[in-house]
Amino acid sequence: MHITDILVTGEPIIYGAMVSMALVGIALLFLLTYFKKWGWLWREWLTTVDHKKIGVMYILSALLMLFRGGVDAMMMRVQLAFPDLGFLNSQHYNEIFTTHGTIMIIFMAMPFLIGLMNIIVPLQIGARDFAFPYLNALSFWSFFFGMALFNISFVIGGSPEAGWTSYTPLSGAAMSPGPGQNFYLMGLQLSGIGTLATGINLMVTILKMRAPGMKLFHMPIFTWSTLVTCFIIVFAFPILTVALALLTIDRIFGAQFFTLTGEGLPMMWANLFWMWGHPEVYIVILPAFGIFSEIIATFAKKRLFGYHAMVWSMIIIALLSFLVWVHHFFTMGAGAFVNSVFSISTMLIAVPTGVKIFNWLATLYKSKIEFTVPMLWSLAFIPSFILGGVTGVMLGMAAADYQFHNSYFLIAHFHYVLIAGTVFACFAGLVFWYPKMFGHKMNERLGKWAFWLFFFGFHVCFFPQYFLGLDGMPRRLFITNVVEWLPLNVISTVGAFGMGLGFIVFVYNVYYSFRYSERETTGDSWNGNGRTLEWATTTPVPYYNFATVPYVDEIDPYVRMKEEGKTTYEESKVKPIHMPSYTGQPFIMMAFLGLASFGLVFEWMYVAVFGLLGGIIMMIRRSFDYDDGYYVPVDEIKRTEKKARGL
Amino acid sequence: MAHSNKRVPMNHVIGFILSLAMTLVAAWAAIGSDLPVRWVIIGIMILALLQAGVQLFMFMHVTEAESGNGHVPWNMMFHGFALAGIIVAGSLFTMSFGFDHNHGGDGGEQQHEQQHEQQDHSGH
Ligand code: HEM
Ligand SMILES: [Cu+2]
Repeated sequence: MHITDILVTGEPIIYGAMVSMALVGIALLFLLTYFKKWGWLWREWLTTVDHKKIGVMYILSALLMLFRGGVDAMMMRVQLAFPDLGFLNSQHYNEIFTTHGTIMIIFMAMPFLIGLMNIIVPLQIGARDFAFPYLNALSFWSFFFGMALFNISFVIGGSPEAGWTSYTPLSGAAMSPGPGQNFYLMGLQLSGIGTLATGINLMVTILKMRAPGMKLFHMPIFTWSTLVTCFIIVFAFPILTVALALLTIDRIFGAQFFTLTGEGLPMMWANLFWMWGHPEVYIVILPAFGIFSEIIATFAKKRLFGYHAMVWSMIIIALLSFLVWVHHFFTMGAGAFVNSVFSISTMLIAVPTGVKIFNWLATLYKSKIEFTVPMLWSLAFIPSFILGGVTGVMLGMAAADYQFHNSYFLIAHFHYVLIAGTVFACFAGLVFWYPKMFGHKMNERLGKWAFWLFFFGFHVCFFPQYFLGLDGMPRRLFITNVVEWLPLNVISTVGAFGMGLGFIVFVYNVYYSFRYSERETTGDSWNGNGRTLEWATTTPVPYYNFATVPYVDEIDPYVRMKEEGKTTYEESKVKPIHMPSYTGQPFIMMAFLGLASFGLVFEWMYVAVFGLLGGIIMMIRRSFDYDDGYYVPVDEIKRTEKKARGL
Repeated sequence: MAHSNKRVPMNHVIGFILSLAMTLVAAWAAIGSDLPVRWVIIGIMILALLQAGVQLFMFMHVTEAESGNGHVPWNMMFHGFALAGIIVAGSLFTMSFGFDHNHGGDGGEQQHEQQHEQQDHSGH
């Protein structure tokens, strides 16, 4: 086999990408070697089981993916504004919307939120790490190698091009030959292992490792949203796993689950995909709701209005999310009765969601709002998300959906909920908890620039698309030179570049703040407005989080602690702390499984078997691993706390 | 403080080997055997039940006593069954409700009606 057989050739844009990737890679290798950082990289990051460091790695990867997915988006927008330029051909356009959608949902939104959960949830419930720290590292590396596998597809072998929904029969072996679609299947399968494991891990952590006295209904709302999300993950992801496995067996081993020729059912894929897919959209929105709730309560300086109603509405949303999947294929033709049932269940979800909106408004009502950057993102979320939600109900009306289906109306709708909901929350949460992670805040002035650019860019980009949809412009279309559509498309593209600019300012702010921001001295970074336990830790957070775990028997315990002049630290109660040891096993195990997946993508069975064997050997190795971690001695804890608290 | 007890987890090893063996038998029944289809299906169903039993008893702590949060394994199994019910019943409902294999039936009549209407219109 010759190397040019698997490299993608003949596309100037892709050659450019290859060259720049090679240059960045060489530069990284050079820098690591020159500054002798290889040992540091291995010891501090690749082998870590610390939930805070794993969270940082998740967020860094997600930002990278936001960049990659964003570049894809800009390329599509250029093509749509200047359809006669011949910037992208049809196949390239197909590949780009497929990778854009998949990357944004699976490798950007979910990891970003999981990263924030990783860092914050243990701190909010007074835990010292996850229930299973080793498994947590395993989850991250499975996501990481899945992401890497999916992302190399555009230079090696060719990208998938059947949409992020990968509908059969289009995505089957007959109509999508070659490795492209396999990259989708294996990349999602590999990273799915990690998502599922994280779901279990966080669920156990929250159920079993809360501070003494903390009942479920004392938990911070972000932790609640995480718990509910974990339930959705644990019940929804197996459906995706099975669907992906069936399609993989179809494509690689010649089965006929989703092909008409072997009495298979192509529509069964859509059915299974959305049985996972709709819960999936709640996996990326519920944590966002949690983040906004925390931020709004903090900067309205009030207890969250209707805490119990907020929790119950999340639980009801989670239940309903498993009962609405057919609204994604009303037009399949299941008949009026089936469509009516799912139409009604879909509209029902608007009720608990509406309850949440009113509770946020009631929290804000008559409060002294502090307009910090995280609060700006949260305030912008409310009206923007309502626009997305209302159009969602419109799409949920089966009869009307025959008009809206697969048009830009749909595109506008889901970007309104995914960006104004999830992406705003990611930015808001990152800025809000940034001081907990890095010991300094992000610059507020640059943060506001990034916010306003992104906010206006977003509305300019997507609001016109509702009207493009109503004017009949279909999604996944690369030639759009219909005269009536052109002006709105150009406006939309201008907005997209506004968002791109906002993102650049945001990233520049990371660098700027690292250089110039004031270092934190207290743990309660937002003018002493913190309400929950994470703000009671010192900054930087010691690796064991809490020297002594406080007793908690109310919501927002840190508010009272501050009133009474207490901290979580009681020197007399310090005992040796049991901590897990770092280990390189998760990285190595997942590298093997990554190799196996790569082999399956190209259907090189020797590589696949070799990788699988490696993975199994690592699992056996783990089964006989008796490392029980180590104890941090009392002296060391006291010394660390003294320094951090300036006692 | 839990001290590490370095013994081989026999229960798990046996469970693992058993589940592998049952998987192989099921694969053989489907691919390699000459059994009639009905028996293959019945056999696989029985193996699946046994397999679930092995998982639950040898790995999943069903035998454990209640803890502070109720009996967790039973709890999760209940949710699991509810979801399996949704998946199976839901798929049958959406994929086959209102369809029969008699293609001349319902759908055909509707078409007729439409044609009539069209004729009516053209008559105006
Ligand atoms: C930077 C802002 C963004 C822009 C300008 C943008 C633009 C686009 C465009 C032009 C399409 C293709 C429309 C078509 O031809 O069918 C698209 C599809 C899509 N986008 Fe975005 N997008 C952005 C951000 C996001 C984010 C943050 C997410 C998710 C969290 C997302 C999820 C999707 C999905 C799922 C699709 C459908 C892909 C498919 O058809 O298979 N996008 N986007
Ligand atoms: Cu949905």
